[in-house]
Order: sequence, then structure tokens, then C-alpha cells
Amino acid sequence: MGFSKDQLLSQLQELEIDYSKYEHPPVLTVEEQAKYVSSSEGALSKNLFFKDKKHRYYIISAMVDTKVDMKVLSQRLGLGKGGIRMAPEEALAELLQVSLGCVTPFAVVNESARDVSLLLDQKFKNQTRCIFHPLSNNVSISLSTSGLDKFLQSVGRDPVYVDLEANPVVGKDQPPDLAVYVPSNSVVIPELPNNTPSAQASPPKNVSAEKTKPVASPKPSKSPGNVKSVVQNSGLSVFKNPEKFVEEILDKTSELLFSEVKGENVEALAETLRKRLTSEFTHLAVMYKNTAYSEGFYAGTQCQPKRP
Amino acid sequence: MEVDKKEEIASESSEEQVVNPWEVSAKDGGKIDYDKLIDQFGCQRLDESLIDRVERLTSRQPHVFLRRGVFFAHRDFDLVLDAYERGDKFYLYTGRGPSSEALHLGHLIPFMFTKYLQEAFKVPLVIQLTDDEKCMWKNLSVEESQRLARENAKDIIACGFDVTKTFIFSDFDYVGGAFYKNMVKVAKCVTLNKAMGIFGFSGEDHIGKLSFPPVQAVPSFPSSFPHLFPGKDKLRCLIPCAIDQDPYFRMTRDVAPRLGYSKPALIESSFFPALQAKNGKMSASDPNSAIYVTDTAKDIKNKINRYAFSGGQDSIEKHREIGANLEVDIPVKYLSFFLEDDAELEHIKKEYGEGRMLTGEVKKRLTEVLTGMVERHRMARAAVTDEMVDAFMAVRPLPNMFE
Repeated sequence: MGFSKDQLLSQLQELEIDYSKYEHPPVLTVEEQAKYVSSSEGALSKNLFFKDKKHRYYIISAMVDTKVDMKVLSQRLGLGKGGIRMAPEEALAELLQVSLGCVTPFAVVNESARDVSLLLDQKFKNQTRCIFHPLSNNVSISLSTSGLDKFLQSVGRDPVYVDLEANPVVGKDQPPDLAVYVPSNSVVIPELPNNTPSAQASPPKNVSAEKTKPVASPKPSKSPGNVKSVVQNSGLSVFKNPEKFVEEILDKTSELLFSEVKGENVEALAETLRKRLTSEFTHLAVMYKNTAYSEGFYAGTQCQPKRP
Repeated sequence: MEVDKKEEIASESSEEQVVNPWEVSAKDGGKIDYDKLIDQFGCQRLDESLIDRVERLTSRQPHVFLRRGVFFAHRDFDLVLDAYERGDKFYLYTGRGPSSEALHLGHLIPFMFTKYLQEAFKVPLVIQLTDDEKCMWKNLSVEESQRLARENAKDIIACGFDVTKTFIFSDFDYVGGAFYKNMVKVAKCVTLNKAMGIFGFSGEDHIGKLSFPPVQAVPSFPSSFPHLFPGKDKLRCLIPCAIDQDPYFRMTRDVAPRLGYSKPALIESSFFPALQAKNGKMSASDPNSAIYVTDTAKDIKNKINRYAFSGGQDSIEKHREIGANLEVDIPVKYLSFFLEDDAELEHIKKEYGEGRMLTGEVKKRLTEVLTGMVERHRMARAAVTDEMVDAFMAVRPLPNMFE
């Protein structure tokens, strides 16, 4: 079971990490939190939980005014332009064992989060203290980055600080600079209630994937004979498979939504859009596919044989 | 797929419930006892554990028809799932007897479910249009039955089947070759007496009817489709159908091992009740017993309001006091088929059953849901061209059928 707030705090005390605690009503957004915890106590943080197409997860913890561009981040991680999106609520509960609005670097204390990558904003280092939720959103604690580092090291994690606003060129001769932080294992969350056809079945298995190579997405085919042709065709599968096609469209829509709209309930909106539109869009996509096939088929029947 | 009613068989109906491909009626005009049916037929109940297994294997929420127990019985579905887990795929087989141009929602149910199975398991599908059967039983001309087959094919395609994984065929077009060879093999295994026992044929029936059953049996065998499944003689077949077809496929399962073929598996649904609740199931002959895919929003609203049998009480006071009788209420039954949101359905059942919600409100919600469905179908149907039908019905390989 997940670490509790009290267990975490007593752990901090045991490690002799200095922190200040502020109790307040449960808060779901940074704006709300700001009402109860003034900036004189430390720098507030915004904490984002992402997942990529291969079911690898990332916590990005940043200063509130740091601009986190998902597109840039995705490229720097070597995942292409639209490679990451907000992780679904189920992942929050399963992997981080925290509730909505409670993403925090401290969540990595849980065994379930062992494959989640944690990236911290470089700008934290310029602050005397930074503020995070200690696994519960009715408490906030402020501590120094060295305190945070000490804690992370005690649970076997190397603290990683990154310039989140940098936008380096990624190309043939300039490898993605954050690719080394992509988890080596992906995580499967069982019993997804949504239509996510790319997820694997059966209890959470840790499937090893290549760390830095941009390999094609694995398909949920159980037949070993299919694997070879799958890898060859996976680039095409977005255009062959109506469900993958729709997933791609909704990914891009969500991405745009996140970059244009501020506020923490954007995640919920994006998820709702996805849930409600997937079925409708898939139906439309199937009809589109059928129409295109039929036109091609008809053209084939009218085709003149090739001249010898 | 249905065969005509026979007077002889109907005679004992009021004492016991009768369920066979030509007649469905409950005991004393009451409800169909599905438990008894399962016992009588010897098929299995589709329990929670199987539904959970489907969810795990397909990584998506099970179809609303599974969640609500619409598809509730099966034969060997567990074996199909076992094989699937090992990497052995299967194909789907379903069909329609094109007796009329007008399709109602009850007709769409097996197709909606089959579409879900195709998407969830990523398997191919063959759809048989038994134009020859209707020509024989309904005494239609060959041309008319072929025309109806094509018209029905359009409504079927509009349900959203993927052309790269679906083969639709009409008997008049396709019977012959390997298909016919299998038909003869099956026919050799069923005596006249047996056929008369199962299908109720008598000396007055023409020999066309007698020779029909093998036509409907052999799509269960992959070797009937050499252009689709060359060399895959052991490929399993899963048949989604309504439970009144069960006696029919019992014959097929009986014959299969004698021919060295795998027995087809079945997954069976209960009946979609008529609007007025009488008669066990919707009938194409009474337009007010059903919602048709050609009904306008106004038609739907009218039919629901006027003909849908209500379990609500006679007066508002009485209703608020004791609540609605959910057992007989048709709008709630229909919602349990078509309202996707489990939480909302539970809420309606609770509020209506305890008298806080009135029949009018339930009917209004149902009208919304059905109108949405019919609209969506109509739009998709309008997009189906003759060329598209030709493509679905072309005898062609399906190279990506398992992707």
C-alpha cells in the first residue's frame, strides 16, 4: 500500500531533513494552494504527470512560472513531437498512489513508482526553499533542494535537475538531450476502462524497451509470428487502423489544448473529450476507410492491364 | 436466418415456453425463462469471470451487451478465449435472412455486438445473406430476394464493419466450389428423420427447404472460404446469434467432428422485446412493435410515447408511493440495451423504481438515446454506395484480417 503523509514526514525527520509544514483544506490547484501558503515560505511548484506512447511515466516538477512545453519536452526525450500526454487518473492512483491534484516528487517513495522518471526544474536550485505536497493535498511542506536531494538519495534516486525552458535543436547530429532519462521499463496498468487499444492485457508486466532508440510502438499481438511484420508496418498502422488513427487525432488535440489553455482542470477536460469522442470518431474513421477502399477497389476493376 | 412458423410445433405453446428458429413465445404469455432455456438447450451461462477475461484479453471495457447480460449464454466461448490467449485466433460468422427491406433495432443487435467483437479481438468476419432461404420460405422471386440481400447489406455495412476484415456474401452468388463441397459433406451426415425432428419438415414441404440447412451450417468451417483461410483448416469459428438459433447450430456442432472440423462456438443473446411487450420478440409484420432504422425522430417519439409498455403506476400518487414495476417496463428494458453509461442507468432504475422519476422522463431519455442511434445509422447508411457493397462482397483475400 502507498506511503502515507505521516510516514513520509517521519522519514524526513529521521533523515534529519529540515522542513516546515503547513496544513490547509484540500487543494486541487496551485492557485488554491497559493491562498494558504504564502510565497515568503518558499517557491510553489507545479507538478505534472505525463505518459508516453510506450506506457512510460514521468513526473515533471517545476516552478510555477516555468513554461513547460510538452512538444519540446517530448522531442528532448527523443519521443518525437507528440510523444507525451497527461497520464490518466488511473495511473495517478496505480503508480503514484496519490489523489488528483497531489502529484509530487515525493511520490517516488512508493515501490509502484520505481519506473517513473522524475525531472526537477533547475530553477529550484536558486530558491532557499521549495513547496511540495507530502503525498496529501491538505498539507504542504517547504524544504531546501538539498533536503529534497537527501530524501531522494535515501530512496535510491539520483536527483535530476533540468533546464525545463531550454529548447535545444534535436536532429541527426544533435541527439535528444533528455533521452537518457526515459525509463528503461514501461508499466502496464491493468483494467483500463477506456478504449486504449495499445495497452497490453494481463497483470502488470515490466516490458523492457530500448532506452534511447526511437523504436516503433509494440502491438498487443500475442502471436509471435506477427511480431516481425508488426515492426515493419507500425508506421503505417496509424493510417490502417481506425482506432490508432483516432488516438493520434485526440493526442494532437489534447496537446494543443494543453499548450493553449492554462489551469489544472485542463487535464480533466482533455480526458473527457477523449472518452466521449473516441467511439464517435472511430465510427467515422471506419466509414472513411471503407469509402477509400471501395473507391480503390472500383478503380482496380476498371484498370487497364499494363502494356507489355 | 429464421425459418417460417410451423402450426404443428406451435400447438403445445401455451403450456410451455417455445423457442426455436421460427417461434418464440413465453409460457402463458409471461416472460421467457432464460435459465430454463439454458438447461433445456444444454448451453452455458456467460458468467462474470468470462466477461472479466474478455476485458483483460481485449484491454477495453466489455461491450454494453455483455455488461448488461444481453449476450448471456454460450457454447465453448471459454475454449475460444483459451486458444486466443495462446495466440490461436478465430473468425466470426453471423448472418441475416433478407426477408424485408425494413430493419429494426432488434435486427441490428447481433451486428452491433459482432462489430465490437471484430474490433476488440481484431479478427475477420464472414456475413451470410440467406437470399435463397427467403426465396424459398417467403416465396419471393430470385431477383427480389437478391435485391433485398443487397439492400440489407447496406444497413449491415452501416453498422461500421471494417472492409479489410469483412466478407459479405449472398448464397445465390457464392454457393459452389469448396463451399458446396462442404454442404454435401454435411448433408450426408444428417438423415431426413433428423432434419424433420430439428426443423419440423413434413411431407408437404418442398425439397428446397430440406436441402437448405447445410447452407447455413458450412460457413462455420474455414475450408468453405478458400480465398480467406487457405491452409487454416483448424481455425476456430465464433457465431454471435440470438438464442433461438441454438437448435440450428447444435446440428452443426454434432456434424463437425464427423467431418474432422472444429465445432463452432456460440455466443447467444436474449430477445429484444417488442414495444408493447407481448409476443416474446419484435415482429417485422407489426410496425408499431419496433423502432425501424428508417423512423424519423418524430416517429420514434410517437412510438415510444404511445406504444412502449410502461411499468409505471396508473396515477402519479400511486406511482410516487410504490414506484414503477421495472420487471415489465419496456423503456427501462430498452435503456438497459442501449444506454452506455452504467451509472446513469442505475440512477434511473433507482429513481423510477422508487417512484421519484416518472414514466414520461424515462421515455424522454429513451427517445433521446434511440434517436441518436438511428441518426448515426442513417448517416452511415447514406455513405454506403453500391461500389462499397461490391467491395465487401467481392471474393478477395483479406491480407490484414488479424491486425
